[in-house]
Amino acid sequence: MSDSGPVQMRSPVLTVRRVDAYHAITVVAPNIAERFRSGQFLAVAVGGEHSGMLLRRPFAIHDVKPDYGGTVEFLFSVAGAGTSWLAERRSRDLLDIVGPLGRPFPLPRDPVNCVLVGGGSGCAPLFPLAQALRRRGCRVDLVLGAATADRVCGSITARRVAETATFVTEDGSFGVRGRVSDPLGRVIEETRSDVVYACGPMPMLRAVTAMADRYELPTQVSVEESMACGTGICMSCVVPIVGDDGITRMARACVDGPVFRGERVRFDDVGTIPFDALGAPGWKAQPDGRGADREAG
Amino acid sequence: MSSDLRIRLGRVELGNPIMTAAGCAGTGRELARFVDIAQMGAIATKSVMLEPRAGRPSPRMAETPSGMLSSIGLQGPGIDVFLERDLPWLLSRGGTPVVSIAGGSAPEYAELARRLSEAGGVAVVEINLSCPNPADQGRDFTDDPAEAARVVHAVRSHTHSDIPVFAKLAPDVADLVGLASACVEARADGLSMVNTIRGMAIDPATLRPAVAGGLGGLSGPAIRPIAVNCVYRARAALPDVPIIGMGGVRTGADVLEFMAAGATAVAVGTVNFADPSACARILREFEESVAGRGVARVSELVGAAHRPTGASLGG
Ligand SMILES: Cc1cc2nc3c(=O)[nH]c(=O)nc-3n(C[C@H](O)[C@H](O)[C@H](O)COP(=O)(O)OP(=O)(O)OC[C@H]3O[C@@H](n4cnc5c(N)ncnc54)[C@H](O)[C@@H]3O)c2cc1C
Ligand SMILES: Cc1cc2nc3c(=O)[nH]c(=O)nc-3n(C[C@H](O)[C@H](O)[C@H](O)COP(=O)(O)O)c2cc1C
Ligand code: FES
Repeated sequence: MSDSGPVQMRSPVLTVRRVDAYHAITVVAPNIAERFRSGQFLAVAVGGEHSGMLLRRPFAIHDVKPDYGGTVEFLFSVAGAGTSWLAERRSRDLLDIVGPLGRPFPLPRDPVNCVLVGGGSGCAPLFPLAQALRRRGCRVDLVLGAATADRVCGSITARRVAETATFVTEDGSFGVRGRVSDPLGRVIEETRSDVVYACGPMPMLRAVTAMADRYELPTQVSVEESMACGTGICMSCVVPIVGDDGITRMARACVDGPVFRGERVRFDDVGTIPFDALGAPGWKAQPDGRGADREAG
Repeated sequence: MSSDLRIRLGRVELGNPIMTAAGCAGTGRELARFVDIAQMGAIATKSVMLEPRAGRPSPRMAETPSGMLSSIGLQGPGIDVFLERDLPWLLSRGGTPVVSIAGGSAPEYAELARRLSEAGGVAVVEINLSCPNPADQGRDFTDDPAEAARVVHAVRSHTHSDIPVFAKLAPDVADLVGLASACVEARADGLSMVNTIRGMAIDPATLRPAVAGGLGGLSGPAIRPIAVNCVYRARAALPDVPIIGMGGVRTGADVLEFMAAGATAVAVGTVNFADPSACARILREFEESVAGRGVARVSELVGAAHRPTGASLGG
C-alpha cells in the first residue's frame, strides 16, 4: 500500500496488436505506469473470474505512455492456455493486473556505453531500458536474437532507440546466424561498452555473462523463472544467488529479481540447491555469525 | 445491522474469523502492500524451523486445474531471524501472529515452542505435522498418530499456557479422525485442517514430473470439497475442539461453508497468490453476507451444517 509498491487494478484493454510472432496488449493503468521503472513486470490474471487457471502470468513491461492518464504495454507469444486466452482479448475488455513488480534494472550514474542483449520475448523490457539510459546520456547498442526472424521483437524500433542494432537468428533467416553471445564480443569491442544488460532464457544469460566477464564488464541480467505469485509470498521462483557476503542464498526471482548482477547468479546450479547455499542440507551456521539471513543482492 | 465478527480460538480472541494460511503470506510484509494486515483475524507465518533452510530444487510448482502443486521444502531463515526480524515487524503493524513451526523431532518442535513463548506476542502456535520424521523412515508425523501425539505433547508442555496450540493435519492419512483425536488427547487446543494433499503432474513435453521432487502438495479451490469434508468429520467427532479450516478458500461464501462445516476460523492460502488482495476482499464479502443474513454473532455459524434441518440460524 506504499506509493512506490505494486498495485492491483482492473484495467481496460486499449489495443491488441499483432507484431510478427507476438501479440501486444496495451492497457490503461495509470497507477502502474507512474510507478514503473524499466525491468519491472506485470502479473496478469487469465481465463476470467471463474477460470480454473488460478495463477497469474508474468510479462515484462514493454512500453509505458502518458495517454489516458497512463498506459502500459506487454508483448507475448502464445505458449499455452493462458496466453491463448490473452490473445483473444479485445479493446474494452478488463484485465486484472498486478504491477509493477520486481527489482528494476539499475541505471548507471554516469553516461556510459551500454550494450543491451535480448533473446526472444526477452527483448521486450530492453526498449524502456534503452530509453531510460538515453535520458541519462548513455550510449545504447542492441543485440537482439531469436530462433527465427518473426521472433526477433522490436526490430523497427531498435534502430530508433539505439546507436547500432545487431540481429541474430538461429536459422539465419534475419541478421547474423547463431546466438546472441556470438557477435557480442565484437559489439563490446566496437562500441567500447562499459556495461552489459541482458534478458532472455537462462542459457543465454549464462553465455552473455561469460562473454562480458571476458571483457571484465559488469552484467545485469533479468531471469525468467516460473512464478506462482509474483509478489514474493510463495517461494516458488528461487534462483541461487551469491550475496555481498559471499554466501549463496535461494533468492526469489520475483522480488529479489528478476534483475540480478550476472556474476552473482550461479548459472550452473540453477534448478538445484547448491551444497553450500544458506540452509542447504548439511549446512551449518558459522560461529562468527556469517550466514545470518539477509536479502541477496 | 452489522454482525459481531469476533471468534475465540481457545483462550485467544480474534477480531474476525479470516486469516492467512501458513506459507501463503510470506513474512506478512509482501502481502501488506495489498492488504491491511491489522484488519485480518490473524496472519499465519511460513513454518519456522530451528535453522535456516534452503528448501527444495526447482521447478517448485505446477499449475493444475483450479489449483497448484507445490514443493517448496520449507525455505526460511530459521527461528533466530524470525524472532529478530519477522515477528517484531508483524507485531509493529498490528498483526495477530499465528506462528507455524516445523521440525524433525519432538524436541526440535518443543525448542521452537519454548523460544516463541519467551518472545511474547505470539497469539497461537500451529504445529505443521506434515514434516518428514527421520525416526520413522521419513514418513510424515501425520502418518502415525502416536508420533504426531508425541510432538503435540512436547509442544504443549513447552508453550506458555496462555498460547493455544493447534495441530495442523493433512487430509490424506489413513484415519483422520483417529489422528485428530490423538492430537487432542495429547492436549492440542485445536486443529488446523487441511494441509496440502500429495499429488503429481507430468510435464507433457518432457514426460517427466512437473515438480522437481516428483511429489507436490495440491492446494487451491480444487481441494475445497475434500477440506470441507475433513472439517465436517472432525467437528462431528470432536464438537468442542476449535478448528481453523482451510483448503481452496476463494470467496466470502467459502468462509461460510467452512464455518458451517465446523471451522471457527478460516484461512486463505493459495488464493493469495492468484489475488494478492484476496484476504481483504473475502473479509468484505463475508461481512456483507453475514449482515445480509442477520447473523448477530458469527460464532453462531460454527457447525451450522451439523444442526437438524429447520434449526434457526442467527437472528
Ligand atoms: C519475469 C517474467 C517476464 C516474462 N515476460 C514475458 C514477455 O514479456 N513476453 C512473453 O511472451 N513471455 C514472458 N514471460 C513468459 C510468460 O510468463 C509465459 O510465456 C506464460 O506464463 C505462459 O503462460 P501460458 O498459460 O500460455 O502457458 P502454459 O505453459 O500453459 O503455462 C503453465 C504455467 O507455466 C508457467 N510458464 C509457462 N512458460 C513460462 C515461462 N517461459 N516463464 C515463466 N513461467 C512460465 C505459466 O505462468 C503457468 O503458471 C515472462 C516470464 C517471467 C517470469
Ligand atoms: C506454496 C505453499 C506453501 C505452503 N507452506 C506451508 C507451510 O510452511 N506450513 C504449513 O503448515 N502449510 C503450508 N502450506 C499449506 C497451506 O497453509 C494450506 O494448508 C493449504 O495450501 C490448503 O489451503 P489453500 O488451498 O487455501 O492453499 C503451503 C501451501 C502452499 C501452496
Ligand atoms: S513467485 Fe511467489 S515468491 Fe516469487
